[in-house]
Amino acid sequence: MMSKLEINSVSKIYGPHPTKIVPYLEEDLTKEEIFQKTGHTVGIRNVSFEVKEGEIFVIMGLSGSGKSTLIRCINMLHEPTDGKVLVDGEDITAYSPRQLKKFRQRKIAMVFQHFGLFNHRTVAENVGYGLEIRKISAKERAEIIHKRIESVGLKGWENKYPDELSGGMQQRVGLARALANDPDILLMDEPFSALDPLIRREMQQELLELQQRLKKTIIFITHDVNEAFKLGNRVAVMKNGEVEQIGSPIEILRKPANTYIEAFVKEIDRSKIFQVRHMMMDPQAVIQLWDDLETAIDKINASGCSELYVVNEEEKIQGILSLDDALHGLEGGKDLRQIIKDDYEKVAKNVYIQNLLEQSIKSFYPLAVVENERLIGVLPQNRILESLV
Amino acid sequence: MYEFPAKLTFHIGSYIDRIVDWLTVHWAGFFGAVKSGLLWVFVHLNDFLTWVPWWYFILVIFLLACQFKSIGSGILYSSFLFLIGMFGLWEATMYTLTIVISSVVITIMIGIPLGIIMASNNRFETFIKPLLDAMQTMPSFVYLIPGIFFFGLGLVPGVLSTIIYALPPIMRLTNLAIRGVPEEVVEAGLSFGPSKWQLLIKVQIPQALPTIMTGVNQTTMMALAMVVVASMVGVEGLGLEVLSALNRIDVAQGFEAGISIVFIAIIMDRLTLAISNRTQSRARKERN
Repeated sequence: MMSKLEINSVSKIYGPHPTKIVPYLEEDLTKEEIFQKTGHTVGIRNVSFEVKEGEIFVIMGLSGSGKSTLIRCINMLHEPTDGKVLVDGEDITAYSPRQLKKFRQRKIAMVFQHFGLFNHRTVAENVGYGLEIRKISAKERAEIIHKRIESVGLKGWENKYPDELSGGMQQRVGLARALANDPDILLMDEPFSALDPLIRREMQQELLELQQRLKKTIIFITHDVNEAFKLGNRVAVMKNGEVEQIGSPIEILRKPANTYIEAFVKEIDRSKIFQVRHMMMDPQAVIQLWDDLETAIDKINASGCSELYVVNEEEKIQGILSLDDALHGLEGGKDLRQIIKDDYEKVAKNVYIQNLLEQSIKSFYPLAVVENERLIGVLPQNRILESLV
Repeated sequence: MYEFPAKLTFHIGSYIDRIVDWLTVHWAGFFGAVKSGLLWVFVHLNDFLTWVPWWYFILVIFLLACQFKSIGSGILYSSFLFLIGMFGLWEATMYTLTIVISSVVITIMIGIPLGIIMASNNRFETFIKPLLDAMQTMPSFVYLIPGIFFFGLGLVPGVLSTIIYALPPIMRLTNLAIRGVPEEVVEAGLSFGPSKWQLLIKVQIPQALPTIMTGVNQTTMMALAMVVVASMVGVEGLGLEVLSALNRIDVAQGFEAGISIVFIAIIMDRLTLAISNRTQSRARKERN
């Protein structure tokens, strides 16, 4: 499948003669050295990545890392000095002004950090701006505006002015305005950074819900690691205008490419990123319900654990057997079915670690990961702790 | 030794003089057209203002003041006007108003588009800025001189020099206002793919309007100031009353005409300010 968006070794240089500086980028010079030599500032340097359709791609970096410049290259608010930006296979940097207008009208829209609302227009007029640009009739416009305003939960606020709204509501207007033209690609430049933490979390959740329905291709910029890892299907980490690492949040957490990223992800709350499925282990050995106790004891000894789960012929979980119980049972001449215990805890595979901490301390045994009552993995307590550090 | 050598002379004035002469001869058609155009606007506006009964005029000002300011201001402004009438300066005042209004309208029509071009073109801005400085620092009488050459004595050179004098503030402030629209707002506007015209009409001008309105107010005030000076080339109205009082050392007449100008200035300044302030917050009031 062709990627929706392809950034192909894009660079942006600021200064009097930017194109002359492009060769310097190939050399092994730092940003500061290039500035001292030529007086030109390198905004972004040889950035390449692909974004798949329907993906939330997060670009993360501190201020000055070039992320805002990069996102503006995608709709040509900033023109890249070098490189290509391919959308649906077309190089938009080669577009004529006319093609560019059409591209911006139909395919792409942007949400801004400080909302970028028009304070001389009402909420409804703000949302309808893009439609006006496309010369959509007033009647059709009203319908779309109504629909969009409703979808971001601003019904009843249509005739207010932006400065009468709270920050969170203003950004909803920004979002509704961006969605009015039904673009394929949504650029979001730190959209929630100006909001207070509570509202920010709420907006993140709503964005995820909205994305479930709309399935847009979203490029999302943030300096907040937690936000990046919460929202992003994939994350690109930028530093000094260059991409340091691209990968899914889990990949980046597991294998940070360098110490910079390691430091970056240190403060992240991993329990919100890792799910059971990332940390669980295959149930290497299980005891079958029809095994006799000797076999069971052998299996436990062989596994190196102190207990094993017991399953029936359909691999459905029946209970747990510890070595002590098995040995006692053997002395007492008891049957396997009589001595297995059921005080274990079950979890589903897509539960976040954060949400099972309480459950995990209730039980002495490793957690049983089940799907349709079938045992698909086990999650020992030490693995849970491992995921947190 | 201490005096500047008398033999070292150079007169730029004679060249300017020659250029003006050349223009008068070769551009006669153009100046004729400008003159008749201005006169047409002026005559019709003046006819209208003198046709309106005095009490009706006062009533309109009163209602405007009540609407945009307060009843107190309404009473104050209408008593100002009533006083002017009692001074016997009603007609002269209407004449002055005609010149001010027509010059301001023409100034705005020229100044706002030029200001917009300044805002969108850095080279034009660097070229025009010193020119604007010069226009504002130049003693206003100087504008009258070429005006007389091109158009003769009377109304037209007066209006024209008023326009030149009042043009800088509106151009400057329009430029400043459009450049002052927050970058993110312009980017937001651009990101939806508008034409330059659409961006200007739908985003930049509305966002810049408060500052542009300040420019309009300043322009009005400058036009009023210039109208008095313009009496020196034979423009009638309150200015001429002042001038003739000056010539005759007639303190009484001079004071009455002078205070009438002050009255008009107060009314125009306060009313245009109030109206522009209100238009900015109007939308909010209407909603309630």
